[in-house]
Amino acid sequence: MSFSVQARAVLAKDLHVAWRGRARTAAVVAFAGTVLLLFSFAVGPDSATLAQHAPGYFWVALLLGSVLTLGDAFRVEVEDDALDGLLVLPIDTRALFLGKALASTIALVALAAALIPIAGLLYGVGVGGSWLHLGVFVLLGAAGLAAPGTLYAAMTARARGREVMLPLLLFPLVVPVLLAAVKGTSLALAGDPMDQVPSWLGLLIAFDLVYWSVCPLLLGAVLES
Amino acid sequence: MSGALKRVAWEHWVGLAGLVLLGIGSYVGLVEAPPERYMGEVGRILYIHVPTAWIALLTLTVAAVAAGMWLWKRRPGWDDVQVGCVEVGIILVAMLLVQGSTWARPTWGVFWTWDPRLTTAAILLLAFIAVLALRAFVDDAYRRATWTAVATLVAAVDVPIVYYSVKWWRTLHQDFSSPETVAGSMTLPLRINAFALLFLATWLVARRARLARLKRGTRVLEPPKRSALVAGE
Repeated sequence: MSFSVQARAVLAKDLHVAWRGRARTAAVVAFAGTVLLLFSFAVGPDSATLAQHAPGYFWVALLLGSVLTLGDAFRVEVEDDALDGLLVLPIDTRALFLGKALASTIALVALAAALIPIAGLLYGVGVGGSWLHLGVFVLLGAAGLAAPGTLYAAMTARARGREVMLPLLLFPLVVPVLLAAVKGTSLALAGDPMDQVPSWLGLLIAFDLVYWSVCPLLLGAVLES
Repeated sequence: MSGALKRVAWEHWVGLAGLVLLGIGSYVGLVEAPPERYMGEVGRILYIHVPTAWIALLTLTVAAVAAGMWLWKRRPGWDDVQVGCVEVGIILVAMLLVQGSTWARPTWGVFWTWDPRLTTAAILLLAFIAVLALRAFVDDAYRRATWTAVATLVAAVDVPIVYYSVKWWRTLHQDFSSPETVAGSMTLPLRINAFALLFLATWLVARRARLARLKRGTRVLEPPKRSALVAGE
């Protein structure tokens, strides 16, 4: 099997598993939606403030929801000792990483797509800038969360205290993603008169490139031990 | 060398040298050096603050190198070095933040500001505390060493990106006035303290690595699960 065939097989398997467990996905969407709702109680009913900070609330809700989604990638493998079977297969661990991280990216983009209308409705914001920019930042931001998240999920799924370890390891590292994605999203919503989108897009692409090239190499070491 | 001196581990001499140098450096920095022109007496904290930053970054860089060496060679000694460096690095970064806040309050009027260096140091601290927490949750020694190495490398790769992202975030908000750089005549206490902290960090890392090695060498003596002498067996 060539590399891309392996990666696509893992991707198809993970998407299939995610589709079978869609009740859990719906619960994650409901959880992230609840977080969005809670921000309005934490901040107060001032709609101007809520609208101004809507991109930040949206990304924090997505980040909290992503911990549940990312943890699933390896939780399902560990539960029935499926990981041992996966490792016995003559499969490149880099292909395994790419398949799993792509599946997580798709799951996160789907979560974001479900949250965007809720956030727009709750905070009273619309896309005044560019839908294209919004889509690009959501996609690249989800990819930036998925790459380190997949690597850490491979560890934390097999460690004690996995619920606390994944966010503890992941959140400090994804600060660049959060900054770039929040700024990019607010520029996509409010318009970009100062032409700031390229610098944030560059930062996000640089982060994605570094993590999508480093993490596949390290997954082998994580899984063999 | 006499027998009594031989029994003292080498790192203790390094630690002693570090303590003496720290004493000399503190005397030169607090008494001999003139007060800083813009910040006055408060500026003297920089004589320990700046060396702390250097040695903290150096220690964590060595941790990343040891992590890479473990993944490459798989010699247990590299895990001993990496855990020593991560723990000492965390202490140094925590010291750095405390010193920085102490200095920032009279100088900038606030304990905390979202300056790229401050924010990066805070994230550095949290990222490596997470690495230590991960260690605590893994029982198997080989797996613990490998996962620590992976998490250390990923955190080390992340630091420059965090720094530049926060810098961008800041500059698009407002400009930040950087503190005055230190004059040439004031470099002596900086240098002395840098070597003092280097020696002290080496001392602690070596002690921690030695402890890890000794722990690895011990076997836990457990009572047998079932005694053959119990009646009825």
